Amino acid sequence: MNSNHVLSVRLYAVIFLALVALTLTTTGVAFIDLGGGFNVTVALTIAVVKALLVILFFMHVRYSDRLTWVFVGAGFFWLAIMMALTFGDFLTRGSG
Amino acid sequence: MSDIQTIHAHQFDAVEQQHEASWIGMWVFLATEVMFFGGMFMGYAVYRTAYPQAFASASNHLDIWLGAINTAVLICSSFTMALGVRSAQLSARKPLMIFLALTIALGAVFLGIKFTEYYFKYEEHLVPGSAFLFEETSLARQAEIFFSFYFAMTGMHAVHMIIGIGLLTALIVMASRGRFSAEYHTPVELVGLYWHFVDIVWIFLFPLLYLLGRHL
Repeated sequence: MNSNHVLSVRLYAVIFLALVALTLTTTGVAFIDLGGGFNVTVALTIAVVKALLVILFFMHVRYSDRLTWVFVGAGFFWLAIMMALTFGDFLTRGSG
Repeated sequence: MSDIQTIHAHQFDAVEQQHEASWIGMWVFLATEVMFFGGMFMGYAVYRTAYPQAFASASNHLDIWLGAINTAVLICSSFTMALGVRSAQLSARKPLMIFLALTIALGAVFLGIKFTEYYFKYEEHLVPGSAFLFEETSLARQAEIFFSFYFAMTGMHAVHMIIGIGLLTALIVMASRGRFSAEYHTPVELVGLYWHFVDIVWIFLFPLLYLLGRHL
């Protein structure tokens, strides 16, 4: 990325407050039984949103070039392959 | 002296290219870190799927509030780190050193709370090993697996925090010697990426270890 792309303190503060709000939300939701495994979905969705905010703004990826996006994406893409293949195995055992 | 940093090493065509190489190199390293922690996250996910009852029961032995406070502390430290990088971009030496010191202080608070939690778990006989005791004896072996993951994952995370504090300390020394400017502050930027990455790992550890046990 262009190392002289300076973001405003205001933007960093907004992201920071959003992260704190999401932390409070996910903690609060943990005390409510949403049923049907929905707690897991909500908690992990909030975690992914928080991670995206950190990656895009604190880590400046939103303002970085395509090459950076490829490298960032590759790490998570291979993680997804590992998860998908492993659970493709574990969750289908005993059904055949 | 300040000119030296703006001259690129001979294998690069320009300062921008040198910076680009460092930036991409750091992301390659972070991708390997995603794989490193990813393996542990996947192991956790597999065992949680296999023993949902024991994992839920064991998870309820963690202090949700200490976990939430630590999450907030780490988010604050990422905020101060981001402002530190911004200060470096603006050649603001004093603010840079202050923000780096604040980041170190918040990191130390996180580790202090973390080790207090470890001590509570030790007192409650929840450290895996021969002294492990779990009141629901039928779930004890499986709960021990949960705590093995808990200590391995938060332990590796804590090691990363300690390394991060070491790197930040080095940055403060370098900053005090006037090594950074708007033209050259790559080390500050890269340590910033590392620190934010460690924050992201915790963003996932917090719900998985502390929150998901309350309701299946």
